[in-house]
Amino acid sequence: MGSTDDHLVTYVLRQGDRALILAQRLLEEITHAPEIEEDMALSNLALDLIGQARGLYTYAGELEGPDDDGNARTEDHYAYWREQHEFLNPLLVEQPNDDFAHVIGRQFLHDAMALPYWQAMMSSGDDTLAALAGKTVKETAYHLRHSRSWVVRLGDGTDESHRRMQTAIDHLWRYTGELFERDEVDDSLVDAGVAADADAVRDEWRRTVDAALTEATLTVPDDGVMQSGGRHGRHTEPFSYLIGEMQVLARAHPGASW
Amino acid sequence: MSGSTSDWPLWEVFVRAKRGVSHVHAGTVHAPDAELALQNARDLFTRRSEGVSLWVVKSTDITASDPDDRDAFFDPAADKSFRHPTDFDLPDEVANM
Repeated sequence: MGSTDDHLVTYVLRQGDRALILAQRLLEEITHAPEIEEDMALSNLALDLIGQARGLYTYAGELEGPDDDGNARTEDHYAYWREQHEFLNPLLVEQPNDDFAHVIGRQFLHDAMALPYWQAMMSSGDDTLAALAGKTVKETAYHLRHSRSWVVRLGDGTDESHRRMQTAIDHLWRYTGELFERDEVDDSLVDAGVAADADAVRDEWRRTVDAALTEATLTVPDDGVMQSGGRHGRHTEPFSYLIGEMQVLARAHPGASW
Repeated sequence: MSGSTSDWPLWEVFVRAKRGVSHVHAGTVHAPDAELALQNARDLFTRRSEGVSLWVVKSTDITASDPDDRDAFFDPAADKSFRHPTDFDLPDEVANM
């Protein structure tokens, strides 16, 4: 372990898991959104994220090569056959849907990071990641537009929508620090010109968040103690239920197809 | 979060399929405001690359002709064929007329 290739696999899986787990949470919300139009909007976001995860998992499989039995690792392997501690998504995206404000708050805090992240990745020295970034930037720009619209409308809406939106932002804030954490994986890949500089992404994120929350008449929370661990496979309790539901069909009927 | 459709106004959606042709009425969406109506219309009516431009108009802002007025409104045009430019030959290069 510790070689650049191992680091790159970890790095790619972190991005893929971030997209897949957020998509899974969004899909739980389908039929629970305020209107069927919003069900459509959220499922479109989820489909984009699943597409991103597929591209990243396929790349991780190419990097890792065949397993001990000589089988290539596919996107399904990463989604359905890994255990909880092998998922490397940040804790933010696995947080439960609680209410619509939490769904939107989680999405917004994520998208405000994802857009500058993928914009930076368009000039990655890794050709595959740069190509994925080119496609993902357009999708993410739309995601941010949608989630930001809702943050502003709920924050600057009724007393109850304002209260719920503020509660969601306050609750989710503790998971935002992890989005910009760096470890030896990030540092080595930043040095190699492959990974985006987390500090620059955080500056852009902060500008987007400050502007949106201000427009929404919401208060930007103070940075208190930040929760982290997801990027190292340590997840919050609700994650085990999420992953159980996500994997049950594939595990009950291995190899099943439509 | 039990949604109640009555809370959100209805918007008429117009889609332009490509440059050079008019926006055509495609259907309706519910949305709390114009920006989200545009986003909902995007998700419902252009998800298979049907359009390059979208308009949304609040349904209540449209003034429509009354079906009962149909005879008075439209029948008087029926016997005035001289209003149709039938004697002009349209060049092949002119599309979308």
